[in-house]
Amino acid sequence: MPAETVQQLVESGQTQMLNQLWELQLKNGFINDDDIKKIAEQFNLSTIEVEGVVSFYHFFHRKPTGKYTIYLNNSIIADIKGFKRIKETFERETGAVFGSVDRTGTFGLFLTPCIGLSDQEPSALINFYPFTNLNAIRVKDIINALNNGATPESICDAPADNIRYTPPGEKSIFFKKFEDGKALTHAEKLGADGVIEALKKTELAGRGGAYFPTWKKWKAAKEQTTTPKFVVCNADEGEPGTFKDRVLISTQATSMIEGMMICGYTIGAEYGIIYLRGEYRWLKPKLDEAIDDYRKKGLLGKDCGNIKGFHFDIRVQMGAGSYVCGEETALLESLEGKRGEPRTKWFFPVEKGYLQLPTVINNVETFCAAARILEMGAEQYMQMGIPGSPGTKLISVSGDCKFPGIYEIEWGMTVAELLELCEADDPYYIQVSGPSGECISIKEKYRRISMLDLLARKDIRCGGSFMIFNKQRDLVKVLLNFSEFFKSESCGICTPCRAGNFIIQRKLERLDNGLANEKDLEELKSWGTIMKNTSRCGLGKTATNSLIFSMEKFTDYFRGKLDKEYNGLNLKFDMEEATEDYEKYKI
Amino acid sequence: MAEMVNITIDGKSIQAEKGKNLMQVAKENGIFIPSLCYYEHIEPPLGTCRVCTCKMNGKYNPACTEKVSEGLVVEVNTSELTDTRKALVEMMFAEGNHICPACEKSGNCDLQHMGYELGVSSTRFQHLFKDRLIDFNPQRMVMEHNRCIKCLRCVVEVKTSDGKKVFNYQERGNETFVGIDYEQEAKLTKEQALNAMHICPTGAIIVRGESLAAPFGDRKFDMESVQKDYNKKKTTHKNRPPVMGKKIVATVSLAGCFGCHMSLLDIDEDLLDVVELISFDKSPLTDFKEFTSRCHIGIIEGGVCNSENVETLRKFREHCDILVSLGECSVWGGLPSMRNSIPLSECLEEAYLNSATSEPGANIIPYHEDLPKILDRVYACNEIVKIDYYIPGCPPDANHIWKAVKNILWGEEYSILYSEFKYD
Ligand SMILES: Cc1cc2nc3c(=O)[nH]c(=O)nc-3n(C[C@H](O)[C@H](O)[C@H](O)COP(=O)(O)O)c2cc1C
Ligand code: SF4
Ligand code: SF4
Ligand code: SF4
Ligand code: FES
Repeated sequence: MPAETVQQLVESGQTQMLNQLWELQLKNGFINDDDIKKIAEQFNLSTIEVEGVVSFYHFFHRKPTGKYTIYLNNSIIADIKGFKRIKETFERETGAVFGSVDRTGTFGLFLTPCIGLSDQEPSALINFYPFTNLNAIRVKDIINALNNGATPESICDAPADNIRYTPPGEKSIFFKKFEDGKALTHAEKLGADGVIEALKKTELAGRGGAYFPTWKKWKAAKEQTTTPKFVVCNADEGEPGTFKDRVLISTQATSMIEGMMICGYTIGAEYGIIYLRGEYRWLKPKLDEAIDDYRKKGLLGKDCGNIKGFHFDIRVQMGAGSYVCGEETALLESLEGKRGEPRTKWFFPVEKGYLQLPTVINNVETFCAAARILEMGAEQYMQMGIPGSPGTKLISVSGDCKFPGIYEIEWGMTVAELLELCEADDPYYIQVSGPSGECISIKEKYRRISMLDLLARKDIRCGGSFMIFNKQRDLVKVLLNFSEFFKSESCGICTPCRAGNFIIQRKLERLDNGLANEKDLEELKSWGTIMKNTSRCGLGKTATNSLIFSMEKFTDYFRGKLDKEYNGLNLKFDMEEATEDYEKYKI
Repeated sequence: MAEMVNITIDGKSIQAEKGKNLMQVAKENGIFIPSLCYYEHIEPPLGTCRVCTCKMNGKYNPACTEKVSEGLVVEVNTSELTDTRKALVEMMFAEGNHICPACEKSGNCDLQHMGYELGVSSTRFQHLFKDRLIDFNPQRMVMEHNRCIKCLRCVVEVKTSDGKKVFNYQERGNETFVGIDYEQEAKLTKEQALNAMHICPTGAIIVRGESLAAPFGDRKFDMESVQKDYNKKKTTHKNRPPVMGKKIVATVSLAGCFGCHMSLLDIDEDLLDVVELISFDKSPLTDFKEFTSRCHIGIIEGGVCNSENVETLRKFREHCDILVSLGECSVWGGLPSMRNSIPLSECLEEAYLNSATSEPGANIIPYHEDLPKILDRVYACNEIVKIDYYIPGCPPDANHIWKAVKNILWGEEYSILYSEFKYD
């Protein structure tokens, strides 16, 4: 298919709806009823469909959100870094209450889960510009400046990249200088099958956390006879505590772009889309610039990099505040301008993906790694890491440590070594790969970080983040923070996740209030397992991971939380609280 | 001729067309896989309810989104899977307010039916009481959000003649609900509207002026289980060591309507035998106001709506070895708990000041030290004290109650037939 037609296809119809909604949201601070009607007419939809899309995304509002819309991060890392105080200060200084706009319509305060700045918490977005390392004085100054007419853009921070560690001896794979076009030239030399062979040899597996072998995905897509095909880069990075993709986009956008091009070349696709999370809107200009630069250099567009007949172009699609949109099929729905509801497994994206056409979706780090493998050659790449788990891995470290930031480790490093590098402060338990990942106790610090021995749970395969907690942190509070996250980020389409997360949260509240007994613990485990086994997508399947793991690993802690006088007579129903409303009628 | 593959379902070897939906294959071979959202004509399948979860080659997956392939090994009826399915259906009941006896779809409802087939008698989850109002705005229909299980059928299937959607999900997470487009809804033909009501597996979509009513016995799911071996599989309440000596029972009606007590008396002449064998302590049947001895069983009707209910219930827990929640109100709050999503002040004002039957000029909401205090919401009994057994129904069937009581006191084994396992 000629490149123009592909471009027309990807930019037609409902696929543009999210962009239009974004425009309205940014222009007016909300999306009004008339605009919803107009959009419905324009895309030939019923208004309820447009309303359904608008109400799905966290950053779209139906009511005004103030001249300055402030989103404060309420992730667990923000929490331990002083979230509460910052929240109070914002309320005091603006006169607004979280969840609403002040009377003058100037400031709107909203909470939002992790915004990908866990290495510089507490942090917030004001009109989608980043403000990091907040303290009470800084918040005061910001609000003052805004009141005095400064624009958020002019006073915002430029978040640091905080690359703390790369393998010594300039052996960094991800962060050394990238020579534009070199990887693509090598790819052409190897040919499509050669590229797949190289990926297979280096055992590159999905760095979004699922570790699906990349070569298998690309090969399956290559074999599809339907055209056109698409390459999608998953830059949704919604897992709390993870920010490696942010740093890659900020410092290595070109290797990511070239990774997508190599994929396009291999599978026979002409178009790529980068799905960038709404929270990273401030990174978009930089990314657009890199894409433009590639176009100018003749690397994107027609006959890319002088490869005859290889046409490839890329656009960026902004997400709008939804964790589940990082799930690949939800992401596809979102790209099509719909609610981000994960699809069933009836078709795989490589068969029927974006617009029901063959599509490869990979994580930012996966594309960067693919480009590097082609650039440096499989042999050299395999010098790093350990046999069976070659190469390096990016880990976002945050929480109770001196040096939060990005660590590029060689596979095979132990947890203890990493904790030492970041100067962890009396670590007690560590949340690996975010809330949906695995929670480990300090007793497990000699476990290796690698892609091996997973079944025996010997090594630990990290999706991209380490959140470190010391002994002062209350585990149930952490789990409550996670369950609130999953409850509100669930797409709501399937029963176990929609109802289950709510139910689990209620139980955890009982535990937190000292009302739970042995039976409650058993039920938590059993219900968590039911959610795991029956949920439609990874969100519901993994939402109770930390809970189940922690119950196995911290049995004493959980036992200590139980109601010791439990006799079934009084489930600690609080009469005073329950009759408080009625007491108002006392004459 | 399509390519055939060999699969096994619960050990039974079956030949089927490659790529065919497993749900379809099972049905053609007389194997029942519980399901709710699955609707034959919709492709790709919806896969939202997860009730059809089975094990495929050792992995958990829904049957309705599985294409059969060579060598596929399916497990349907393991005790773990049965319990998992039951839990999912219980979640739906905990999420909404399902008052079957007052529901237009009762007897024709897929959700209710699935509850019966899976033997759901009470839900293990605490009721969630989401604030959901009934939407009376549409022209042709009424939308009872409380009953919607978010199966997606209406969203995908119901369209106007010019192809526009009428229903769509709104919000997300546990706030998700199915919204109606009033403008498009008004354009539906009568047939289209009726179709919406019929494809809805619950009583959420009701078309105005159309009745689904049919006498008991003539309804879709009345007489027989779809599982041929239902009576073989039905739960048997096992023998247990009998209580020695004189059997003493206490009963009470908290926030209930006394309907359960009426049902208790409904065993006709058997009642005479029962009175011989059991003595009643504190109970409306004896009019004893206080406990005079320790009791073997305390039977509780009704939920907990005021301070006196709390005290009474705690006394029962103290004085009885075993507590049984009798009837829906006691089990999860029931009808009185319909006030739970409305602030107490609104309820009281409606009852004492603004209702059609209140005295003109009434301006007092009763409050006196001697009056029980109204609680912020209606609680299920098991939120206040530990409850040992639940007997569902509104009201529960008299025979069912006595079977349960006899099981506890004399250890008599019993089971409930499909035709008796009906609580609507
Ligand atoms: C709830 C959920 C959220 C996810 N979020 C992300 C994400 O933010 N970024 C990402 O790359 N993958 C995410 N994934 C994994 C993707 O579904 C998918 O596996 C990945 O994009 C594939 O790329 P890879 O093979 O390169 O890892 C998420 C999965 C789930 C279930
Ligand atoms: S598991 Fe949760 S997020 Fe995933 S489809 Fe189900 S409701 Fe949606
Ligand atoms: S009949 Fe069905 S929809 Fe109606 S209340 Fe009962 S379970 Fe709910
Ligand atoms: S209204 Fe009925 S058909 Fe529609 S989603 Fe709810 S239960 Fe399903
Ligand atoms: S019937 Fe299979 S998921 Fe609902």
